[in-house]
Parts: sequence; C-alpha cells; structure tokens
Amino acid sequence: MKFGVVRFPGSCDEGDAVLACERVPGASAQILWHGDADLQGAEAVVVPGGFSYGDYLRVGAIARFSPVMESVIRFSREGGLVLGICNGFQVLCEAGLLPGALLPNVGLRFVCRQVNVEVVRSSHPFTADMADGEVLSIPVKHTTGRYYAPPQQLGFMQAHGQIVMKYAHDGNPNGSSNDIAGVCNEAGNVFGLMPHPEHAVDPLTGSIDGLKIFTSMAHAHG
Amino acid sequence: MPTVEQAVALGLTPAEYGLIVEKIGREPNGVELAVFSLMWSEHCAYKHSKRLLRSLPTEGPRLALGPGENAGAVDVGDGWVIAFKVESHNHPSAVEPFQGAATGVGGILRDIFAIGARPIAVLDSLRFGEPSSPRSRYLLEHAVGGIGHYGNSIGVPTIGGEVYFEGPYEQNCLVNAMALGLARGDALIRSAAAGIGNVLVLFGASTGRDGIGGASVLASAELGEAGADKRPTVQVGDPFAEKKVMECSLELLERGLLVALQDLGAAGLSSSSAEMASKGEVGLDIDVGRVPLREAGMEPWEIMVSESQERMLCVVEPAKLDEVVAICAKWEVNGDAIGTVTDTRALRVFVGEEMVGDMPVPALVDDCPLYDLAVEPPEAGLYPAPPPVLVAGASVRDALIALLAAPNIASRLPLFQQYDCLVQSRTVRRPEQADAAVLALPESPRAIAISIDGSGRRVACDPYTGAIEVVLECSANLACAGAEPLGLTNCLNFGNPEKPHIAWQLTEAIRGLGDACRAFDVPVVGGNVSLYNESGGGPIYPTPVVGMVGELPDVTRAGRSGFARAGDGVALAGPFVPTLPGSELAKLRGDELPAGLPQLDVAAVRAAQEAIRDAVRAGELSSAHDVAEGGVLVAVAESCLGGGLGATLEFSAGDDAVMQTLFGESPGSGFVVSGDADALRALGERVPLQLLGSVGGDALSVTCAHARIDLALDELRTAHGALAPLFP
Repeated sequence: MKFGVVRFPGSCDEGDAVLACERVPGASAQILWHGDADLQGAEAVVVPGGFSYGDYLRVGAIARFSPVMESVIRFSREGGLVLGICNGFQVLCEAGLLPGALLPNVGLRFVCRQVNVEVVRSSHPFTADMADGEVLSIPVKHTTGRYYAPPQQLGFMQAHGQIVMKYAHDGNPNGSSNDIAGVCNEAGNVFGLMPHPEHAVDPLTGSIDGLKIFTSMAHAHG
Repeated sequence: MPTVEQAVALGLTPAEYGLIVEKIGREPNGVELAVFSLMWSEHCAYKHSKRLLRSLPTEGPRLALGPGENAGAVDVGDGWVIAFKVESHNHPSAVEPFQGAATGVGGILRDIFAIGARPIAVLDSLRFGEPSSPRSRYLLEHAVGGIGHYGNSIGVPTIGGEVYFEGPYEQNCLVNAMALGLARGDALIRSAAAGIGNVLVLFGASTGRDGIGGASVLASAELGEAGADKRPTVQVGDPFAEKKVMECSLELLERGLLVALQDLGAAGLSSSSAEMASKGEVGLDIDVGRVPLREAGMEPWEIMVSESQERMLCVVEPAKLDEVVAICAKWEVNGDAIGTVTDTRALRVFVGEEMVGDMPVPALVDDCPLYDLAVEPPEAGLYPAPPPVLVAGASVRDALIALLAAPNIASRLPLFQQYDCLVQSRTVRRPEQADAAVLALPESPRAIAISIDGSGRRVACDPYTGAIEVVLECSANLACAGAEPLGLTNCLNFGNPEKPHIAWQLTEAIRGLGDACRAFDVPVVGGNVSLYNESGGGPIYPTPVVGMVGELPDVTRAGRSGFARAGDGVALAGPFVPTLPGSELAKLRGDELPAGLPQLDVAAVRAAQEAIRDAVRAGELSSAHDVAEGGVLVAVAESCLGGGLGATLEFSAGDDAVMQTLFGESPGSGFVVSGDADALRALGERVPLQLLGSVGGDALSVTCAHARIDLALDELRTAHGALAPLFP
C-alpha cells in the first residue's frame, strides 16, 4: 500500500501522518507537494491536519484550489481512498468531496484532549478493522471542529450510512451536530474526521486505537 | 541633525550620547541615532546586567553551544543536540497580551531555527495579578490565546509551562516563552558574517512600521500611565508566515547554502546585522532600498529599526544566491539580496547609491557602557502582605481544599488544553502526567525531560535562597521523570535596576543561581534579562525563571506523578524540612512575607534527587512527585488525582506542628513516591524516607496527630478544577 500525504504551506501534522501510515505492515508513505498535481502513484491519499495557507479567508478554503487537490478530487471520483484529518477534513468539505461544514467550536477556543470516539459504521473501507459500537481513544486538537449539516442532509447521511464516527457519551468537545466526529461521502471512499488518528498509533505517546483506520484502509485496498 | 534631547527621548542618557559622538567622531545623523539608541538599550546591550551574568557557570561536559549565539545547546548523544532558550515578552504582553504573547513565542522559535535546529517544543512561564482582578483575567485569557494561536498554527507542540497569580504582577504581567529544537550537532550554524564580498540576504515577511522602538521605548523602561499609547510599538505576529520562514530556513541549511544565519528580533535589521558583523569581525553594507516593504514611504531609519516579525538574515556566497532565492520562492517568502559583507568593520546604510549611515560595528556592539549597580538591601519589606482568604484557625480539611483550589495550585489543564501538545509525535508525557514534560528522541531509546520554574514570592522573601530553590525545584521535576539535568536557561524578570533594592534583588538572585548551578554541575547555556518590570503599583516580585533540559536513558521508564497501582506503599522521601513562612498556605492566610528563608543543604538535596532519579530509571517506582506549593498534602492529593486512586496515610507530628508538617514547603527537597515495599525500602537506604501508608480506594484519608480527614477524590477534583471557570 502506497500512501500519499499532502503537504500544503501551513500543514502541521503531515510528518505525523507519514509515521502513522508507515506503521501499517507493508505500507509506505510519501509527501505530495501542494504545487505538484502528480500523485506519484499513491494508492490512498491522506489530507493531514494543520493550518493550510494559514487558514486565511476560512479554514480549508484556499487549499482546495491547489494543483494537488485537483488531482485528489479526480482520484476520489475514480474511487480512490481519501482520508481527511482535522484541517484535511475541512479541506475535503470545502472541496465538495464531503457533505457539510466545520464551524468554530461552541467554546470558541482551541481544544486539545483525548476523546472517546464511537464507531457508528464498521462496514466501511476506513473502519473495516473495527466493530460497530467500538470505542476508540483518539485526541482532538482544533478550534474549528463543530460539524454542521442542515437537518435534511443529516437525515440523508444517516439513511445512507455516511455518519461513520461519533463522540461517545458526553464527550462532544466542540458542539458538533448529533455528536458527529467523522463522515464519509455517499460512495464511501472519502472519509473525514476531526480527531487525529495519526496521534494514536504508538503506546509510548498515547493509545494505538487510531492505527486501525490506517490498517483498515490497507485491507480495503487489498 | 538630531539633538541630545532627541537622544534622551529615545532612551539614551546625555553621557551615552556624548560617548556616541566620541566613538564616531561627529554628531550622529538621524539614522545613526536611531540605530545607536536601540543597540545601546538595556534590552540589546544588557548594560545593567552583563557584569553580573558573567558570574554564571557556562561550562559543562554536555555543552554543545554556550551563551552568545541565538540559543544554547546540549549534546544528547548519537550526534543529536537539543537547542533551547527562554525569553521574555513582558512589556508587549502587558500592553497587548494576545500579540505580545504570540510574538514572544514567534521570537523564541526563530532563535531556535536560527542556529539550525528544528523547533520541537514550547513551554511558557506566565505571571499575572490575582484572577479576582478583571485586568488579570483579561491578560490571562489573551496571553493564553496568543500562545496557542502561534504555537498551534506553526506545528510546534506546547508541552508544559507554569502560571502563578500574585498581586505584584497586576500591572506588569510576565510572559516568558521557552523553546527547544532538535539538530544534528554538526549541522548547527553560527551567526558570524564571513567572506568579504558575500551577499547579505533578507528573507521572510515584508518590513512595516510595526514594533518601531519596541526594544528601547517599551522594553527598557517602566510602564507608565501611557501604556496603552505604546500599543503601536507592539509587533503583530503571523504564524503562517513564520511556518514558511522556518521550513525555508531549514531547507536552506539542509542544502548547505548558508554561511551564517540570524533572526531579526528586537531592534530588527539594526541588531541582527550589527551582531553578525561583530561576531565575524567584518563590515556590512546594507541598501535599505532593496528591503521589501509592507507600506510606502518608510524612512531609512524606520526600515533599520522596524521589528516586523518573521524575518531572517543570512550570508550567502554569490554563486549560491540564485538557489537561495529559488528556495525562498518555493516557500512563498520574500528573499532579497540587500547587502554585502565588507572589510570596513562598519555598518553602512545606503539608499541606492547614497550613504545615509556609517557606524563602526565595535561602537554599536561592544562600546555601550556597562553599569555597576548601586546595591542596597531594602530596610523594610517591599511588598504588602497578600489579602487573607483563609481564616487563621482553618482546619486541615479546609486548608487542603483551599490550597487545591488556589490559583497557584489548581489544575492548569484548562490552559494546557488550549495548546497542541501532540504534534510531531514525540510527546511521551503530556502536561500533568509527570512533573516534567518528556519527549522521545529519534532513533534512540532515550528521551529528554523539560521543566520550567520560578517562584517569585519566595525569591522576594530571600533573593539568594529563593533563586537556589528555583533551580532545585526545576531539577526535582526532572528527577521525578527520571532525567539528569544537562543544561539550564534562565530569564531574569526584575524591576528597575537603577533602584538599589532592586539591584540587590538582582545581584543576590544571580549569586544564588550561580551557586545552585555549580552545586549541580549544570551549565547556563543562555538566557534573557527583562528589567524595569514596575509601574505605579511598585515592582514585580523578583522572578528568575529557570528552564532545564535533562536526559533519561529509557523512554519507556519515564516517570509519572500520579499513583498507579492500588496496594502500593506511599512514602515521603528526601531531606525535607517543611516551613510555613513564605508558603502558599501563608499567602492564603495573608501573612507578611518573611525576610529570609531557611538555608538549604544543597548537597543533600542533590543526593536525594539522584536517588529518586535512579529509582525512576530502574522502573522501581510507580510514581514520583516533588513536593512544591502547598506542601506534602497537596502533593499527595495531586498524585491521587493524577492516577485516579485514593490513599490512606498517617503522618507523625506533634499537635502543634500539624499545619507545618502537612503544608510547609521546602522546594526541591521532598518527594511523594509510591511503589512496592522493596522499592521503598531500597530508596530509604539512600535518602531519608518516611513511610506514610498505601494507595487504594477512592478517597484520601489522612491522620496527623489530632487531625483526621477523609476526602473523596471527587471533592478533591472539584477543588482542583478551580481555574476552569476562567475559560468558560
């Protein structure tokens, strides 16, 4: 499995994402420069956390126009697996690859803490290594992570299994609608979440629950 | 031509102005006076502290880079070094806390990557007035916001720090930021300009009118009524710009394209160029007409002294210039050749062909007069007694609850949760998991531990002993993580040194720091001095802040502060002789500050810390936590909360010594440890050790002479969460 990890000016967690991908047995990862449209043969793409383009204008708003994102959009339309983490989730929403939007946290502050995330749907390329209802311990760290979609759209997403992860009981750190932590597109090959699975891959620095997302992707790819 | 009056308005004395005239052989013009006034400011020239600082020890076996460069560094093995430094941004933060704190972080990060190290961590040390004051809450909220805004956005974790609230900081808050960087030892770069004919390249952000006179007008004088008028002298930070400049700098270095590198901080282009020329014993010609500007119509002197952020200066061989400019373009930052290295030993400023300033570099950098301080101990206490918040006869239970909820002791997580402590995937111990932050090192089982400390109130009681305590407290934190101290950086925050009693505080504190460092064989690798921290409300508590970096051989055995296993024994270890005067309990009772603190047996404390460290490293202890503010009972309660486990303990004390036993302090010398009976017995063979009881249950039960308390963990947790309402 060859992961490609996008690097925008202002990306912060791209190195962490590379380390996480490389923990998947048999996998490799390389950085994809924002100005280069070539995905270099990546079999799955990670759009990492950080503050792409300084988050100027609106979080994720500028990054989606970069040359690499045109290729990522095409890649996703062809069924390629795309994972967006935190700022990457915001970018994928801005790019129209995922429904909804991320708004400022209800507390209006940056919040960094370990949260419990419940797997709503495990029959999914990003959650195949998990069980329905499994609870993962993964950190969040963001200012703009309150997931929002209009009620009608939320209903549609619910019906189509697009709500993949939720913050577990009383653990919603940002006021997201329906405690949503991560969603996928209708086709199921694009997944975005606010928690940082790449920061939960090593017992030394925390939990290893996040690694399951990366191994699931590798297994889904086959 | 400027006048003496203008020189005085810029912060120089008439005598200093006369000396400048003598050094350059004529009256300075406007550009030259602007540059001199900054280079000769307290902030740049350390004219009231340099002689004292020379008494600090700066040699050690693990030293990789000592004072004099942008940051110091210590060797952590396998060819890796850790660069680190602490710096203040107090006055800007008092005037505009968000930007002041943000640019404080930005400035210290530039110091780290200016020597070729990738920034891997930030810690901060904050002081405010009591949170009951609206001004203090405003400063706290925005300083914390600014630190988070900058550190979070740039991808460097904020892994620790400290905050204290005391009345004397009401008008003069302190914002000290410490940064660490990781580099290969052979990849460090110096700032000395070299190679006659080489090109001087300014890269990064554009230059604007922000921060003009920040170092002289703002940082080197007392803040008066007109503090708000000085807001335009505060710089405005842009972490996205810094992120690009950082990556650009590191790529330029990785490709071997630079001869020398220096960041632009206080006094902007003036000090960075003069320092580079001075260290390289060369001259520099700068054409300010080639500096990319943020706004039109800037005068040459404004360009020379602007403190616009996120800028770096480097020296490049002409053949490599094109490649340097191309890398700058890749990172979407300016990169402009603005000057040349010359053999004139002068800093010459041009606008195109026209020379508008010509200053001998030695006069700028070396010839600022250094002042001996007029030292006199104060006759009476300088500081009023703090307002009482706890009745004199309060019970043990009430005292414990009040202490846990006290602003100086309550959990800092409401602050820390506003900082990204995880990015870069090295954080092995997050805030409040251990007494020191612990970061894993690459390709190695080893790790580093980092702590920052500084109790101003105790230094106010006794500047000499208080400063020793600061070092002991900091190294005690490292010991609890299992780390051996390798080097120390300090930020000396004091009032106006031209006042003899402040000069006495400063002199005594530096003497204490030096003695403690020598007793622990820890070199000072660099630091910063912030003076004139006083205003109408009087001086701040004298506040030497110390940051230490230590090493531990096995990252999997990094210590924890919380109890970890029911059934473990609990002990108080170390040559701990608690006393109440100057303690947190004394503060809550509204006691006067004592004139003097008990002398410490530093050698015994060092031996105890070594024993704790060895036991943690051997994996023998389940937890280790040093006894700090609030005394041993607060330390025990913190270990309970950290591990989510209760304890049943018995202290031996006479009926009249209960409060002193449970709440007395002696920083750095006592440790609450837990582990199995064999481990505690073994530790007891090396240090004085008192078995207290055992871990277990969901309550803290304590007996001490006639006193007995039973407190559920939930009650402790509620009290300890007292800062949360400050960040709704």
